[in-house]
Amino acid sequence: MADEKTFEQKPRAIKPMRGGRGMPVPKGMIKKGTLGRLLKTAFKYYPWQIVIVIVCILISSSGSLISSLFMNTLIDTIIPKGIAQGFEAAAWDLTALILLMGGMYGIVVLATFFYNRLMATITQGLLYRLRTEMFAKMQTLPIKYFDTHAHGEIMSTYTNDTDATRQLIGQSIPSLLSNVLTLVISICVMLTFSFWLSLVVAVSTVLMFFVVKKIGGRSAKYMIAQQTSLAKEEGFVEEMIKGQKVVKVFTHEDEAKEKFDEYNEKLFSDSKKAHIFGNVLGPIIGNIGNFNYVFLTIFGGLFMLTGWTNYGFNNVFVGGGLVTVGVIVPFLGMSRNFSMIINQISQQVSMIAMGLAGASRVFTLMDETPETDDGYVTLVNAKEVDGILTETEERTGVWAWKHYHKADDTTTYTRLRGDIVMDMVDFGYVPEKQVLTDVTLYAKPGQKIAFVGATGAGKTTITNLINRFYDIADGKIRYDGINVNKIKKADLRRSLGIVLQDVNLFTGTVMENIRYGRLDATDEECIEAARLANADDFIRRLPNGYETMLTGNGANLSQGQRQLLSIARAAVADAPAMILDEATSSIDTRTEALVTDGMDKLMKGRSVFVIAHRLSTVRNSDAIMVLEKGRIIERGTHEQLIEQKGTYYQLYTGAFELE
Amino acid sequence: MVKTLLKSVREYKKPAIVTPILMAVEAFCECLIPFFMSQMINESALTGDGAMTHILTYAAILLCLAAVSMTAGGLAGKFAATASCGFAKNLRHDMFYRVQKFSFGNVDKFSSSSLVTRMTTDVTNVQQAFQMCLRIAIRVPLQFIFAIAMSFVINPNLAWIFVCVVPVLGVLIFLIVRYAMPLFKKIFKKYDALNNSVQENVSGIRVVKSFVREKHETEKFEKAADDVRKDFTKAEKILALNAPMMTLFINLAVLIISFFGAKLIMDNGAGGDFVPTELSALITYGVQILSALMMFSMVFVMISMSLESGRRIAEVLEEESDVVSPENGKTEVADGSICFKDVSFKYSAAAKAYALQDVDLEIKSGETVGILGGTGSSKTTLIQLIPRLYDVTEGSVSVGGVDVREYDLDALRKEVSIVLQKNVLFSGTIKENLRWGDENATDEELERVCKLACADEFIKTFPDGYDTYIEQGGTNVSGGQKQRLCIARALLRKPKILILDDSTSAVDTRTDAMIRQAFKEEIPDTTKIIIAQRVASVEHADKILIMDGGKIVACGNHETLMQESDIYRETYEVQTKGKNSEGGEA
Repeated sequence: MADEKTFEQKPRAIKPMRGGRGMPVPKGMIKKGTLGRLLKTAFKYYPWQIVIVIVCILISSSGSLISSLFMNTLIDTIIPKGIAQGFEAAAWDLTALILLMGGMYGIVVLATFFYNRLMATITQGLLYRLRTEMFAKMQTLPIKYFDTHAHGEIMSTYTNDTDATRQLIGQSIPSLLSNVLTLVISICVMLTFSFWLSLVVAVSTVLMFFVVKKIGGRSAKYMIAQQTSLAKEEGFVEEMIKGQKVVKVFTHEDEAKEKFDEYNEKLFSDSKKAHIFGNVLGPIIGNIGNFNYVFLTIFGGLFMLTGWTNYGFNNVFVGGGLVTVGVIVPFLGMSRNFSMIINQISQQVSMIAMGLAGASRVFTLMDETPETDDGYVTLVNAKEVDGILTETEERTGVWAWKHYHKADDTTTYTRLRGDIVMDMVDFGYVPEKQVLTDVTLYAKPGQKIAFVGATGAGKTTITNLINRFYDIADGKIRYDGINVNKIKKADLRRSLGIVLQDVNLFTGTVMENIRYGRLDATDEECIEAARLANADDFIRRLPNGYETMLTGNGANLSQGQRQLLSIARAAVADAPAMILDEATSSIDTRTEALVTDGMDKLMKGRSVFVIAHRLSTVRNSDAIMVLEKGRIIERGTHEQLIEQKGTYYQLYTGAFELE
Repeated sequence: MVKTLLKSVREYKKPAIVTPILMAVEAFCECLIPFFMSQMINESALTGDGAMTHILTYAAILLCLAAVSMTAGGLAGKFAATASCGFAKNLRHDMFYRVQKFSFGNVDKFSSSSLVTRMTTDVTNVQQAFQMCLRIAIRVPLQFIFAIAMSFVINPNLAWIFVCVVPVLGVLIFLIVRYAMPLFKKIFKKYDALNNSVQENVSGIRVVKSFVREKHETEKFEKAADDVRKDFTKAEKILALNAPMMTLFINLAVLIISFFGAKLIMDNGAGGDFVPTELSALITYGVQILSALMMFSMVFVMISMSLESGRRIAEVLEEESDVVSPENGKTEVADGSICFKDVSFKYSAAAKAYALQDVDLEIKSGETVGILGGTGSSKTTLIQLIPRLYDVTEGSVSVGGVDVREYDLDALRKEVSIVLQKNVLFSGTIKENLRWGDENATDEELERVCKLACADEFIKTFPDGYDTYIEQGGTNVSGGQKQRLCIARALLRKPKILILDDSTSAVDTRTDAMIRQAFKEEIPDTTKIIIAQRVASVEHADKILIMDGGKIVACGNHETLMQESDIYRETYEVQTKGKNSEGGEA
């Protein structure tokens, strides 16, 4: 078991582009049907609210039309009347019009207000549902998903992608809807007045679209480049800052700065270009609108002077009419409106693309295949009366597998002993690369089984299979004689307490973290568990004892202290069997001896699997398995293995190296 | 805070100043355009004689204005982009450079993920707010003033109506923002908590699954998500008042102006000096005032939101390193002797307990010193004082007979090489990683130190040998391999003092012994300090320190300690129990 390289042994995270903040939106990342699905989800939860919103948007976007009609009536009908017949004659007409307009504006304002408020409810409600659905779904995903996706990438779905979706639902879609409605209204009005003048507008519209495509396209291109450089710089910064202490120890600050400047310069150049193209778009589109206005007036004047026959919806059926001031003035107003809206839409294109890409990723996560669970054998508390096991509610310290047999409609109870058998098991994280071959092992109830072997030999893999984080390719695993595939995953895992080398603590008090092992444990039980794990001592010395808040994965504790806490957490769970995966690697040997004593007492009569590279940790095991390259090459007790004078013996005497 | 941030504008001052000026030009044109438009389609002119001349004259003026406006707007966009991106670049640069100056104490204060967020998300927020300021915050008030001025040019009597409406609106916007802002601040905190819970869940998913806590986690998350939803909805509902209210007031003003304007025209009769097109121009200005106000409130909200980001950035920029190199510090370290005199240390002034207390220690140059002690006995703290990663709270530490605070920092750290417990390899080849120790090292030198650290043997088995690429965090080499590479890297510095902080824990006894043997033979003049869990690692040291609770409780060589120190004897016995017949331990 010489020192062996371990490339590609574990499933490697696929890291397309580092996650974190500001994920890029590569083209083609928008899944088909995303918009439809989003709208459908929205309709499902807020059907009537959405109908009201649409009606309100209709009303509020007709506001501009109302204004232009108002001005038209005012200037064309009422003012001439007043000029001709004096103010008194037109006073009533004027007042009526103003009041009517006031009323209409009032309705528009109310509609806007209602739709803004409703949108707040809908957007936040929908986001809440997307988030929680996504999270609940994520809990059902197999470990493989987490092993093969960069955590930054998953996080980014909750932050950037959800934010982009919020923009899309809350702002882009409603304003696009309102813009399109106004646009349609404007086109209709323009066509009503004059086909010829509409043609002039059409020409400049084509020009605008051309500009949007050209400049907007380049802006989007650099926007993506910017996101990529940002992700790269972020990756570099993260690596450097995580290793900041090493940088300092090696006085490597200047080299780090130099390299940083390279990344920073690239990011600057990309983001500058992206922003320039984005910023320039607005003034260009806006002024094409102004040019359009001027040319319209010139053409209008020409038509008027030459007595050109004008066609519009208002007169096409009566054979057309002349271009008059009454045609030109409202038309010009409408065309101004029109170009303003196009400008607004052009500013939104990139937001919508970003939002859709974000929503796509949210849906992708929701569509992941969950962990399958066909198990039906459940774990129950039991008590034994006259040699017969019966199910009971209370914790008795005795567990049983409740096994329903379909064939003869009977239920049997099998006492949980921790009798685990692996029979000719083959396994690989990816089909091409087998990690375990023909592994056969048996743990008799109450035994302490140890795995010894180099990194990548397959020790952790075996434990991953017992609790079914991964499913085997070939062979069988039996738990108390039951095929583990028949056991409900939740119950299988509940029967196994696990302490891992990498400790994960959660934000909350020390007490809450220990109680994570068993939610209904009393304070006394938690403290008892902490004592057993030898953690009580240091916990009491923390500023607030058991009520000390832990944040950032217990950042203010040492690695050894965190391991003690995680052992306490497993101890309070009081599981019938236990897996300790390098659980004491950061604890000094004296403390370890105390912890091991405590654990041995707790686990008396229960099965324990131990993985360790410190041989002193595993010496008192009932059976030691020596693994090499996915095979068990030796097994036996410490004495037997020493007797054999094989690999274990060489390891023990220091002739070989572990890890 | 704003002052600290603005220092980073530097070479982008010019575009930052030019942008608002160009924006002002654009705003000016945009105000004139509706005026000339109304002139161009002035009813009497359209129908009268020489209508075409009239139209063409104004068309020419308008085209010029539009061209000027487009150029100014486009250029302003360009300069604004340059200035804001440049500002962001400098902010990131300044922060990174500042972090490089940080002492260990400063690094401990900011978590690494928070520093990364500050350098990315927060800078992006400030960049956006800065660009907003340049482009809009100047332009909007100007547009606002121009629009009001033009209204007065058209008709002073009617324009007063706008002037009356504006203050009312201003107050209302102010109230809305003032009410909504604290809510948003609260939301951001809850939002952070929400993201944090996802983060914890994702990285702890094995724990979640093995304790079957999926439902518990989902409930926890739902509660946090619902908190965010409630507050966010509340805040957005308040902001929802903003737009309709402004529309309401401006429309009211427009209607009032329409009434009195129409009355004025009618009273004057035909040929009066106030004509209908001027009325519509006045109304256009009304709309411009409205949009200016809306923009203004938007900018206001956005800037207030980015203030928090700005504060977080300034916090880094203003953080003073608590370990600074003295001016004209000594650059020569005489030898590898170390002396601790009455040293006490605590990590922060506020901490109640001392991490180290009353430590006196004398180490001669070239000695090998072992340190043993339980979890949390401050072994690491002790050795970190030697290369001045932290400064002592009381007493003094000297190296080569001189107080460490009198050395130039770089010079001191070059001579005191430390292999940290939480060591890191960086992405790059093995060679690149090793050359951290000495940039100019030749391949032969690299090989030599790797042989010393027993790393050469496994590096040679890699297909790419010394050019093997190490992944970020060194995930593709085993723990033992990583430790040996780190030792080799430290050896390359040829230090006068070499410190190994539990650096061979994943290396087997045999290799461990070989490394120690190599140290003894190859670098006899270097002072070697070894922190270890294994007695075997320090057994043969000249001096062994036993630490407990921040104090040195025993000191001596193996033989004396076996007699005098219970802790040492106990540890020794636990580790060697029953195996003396077979030999060492792995």
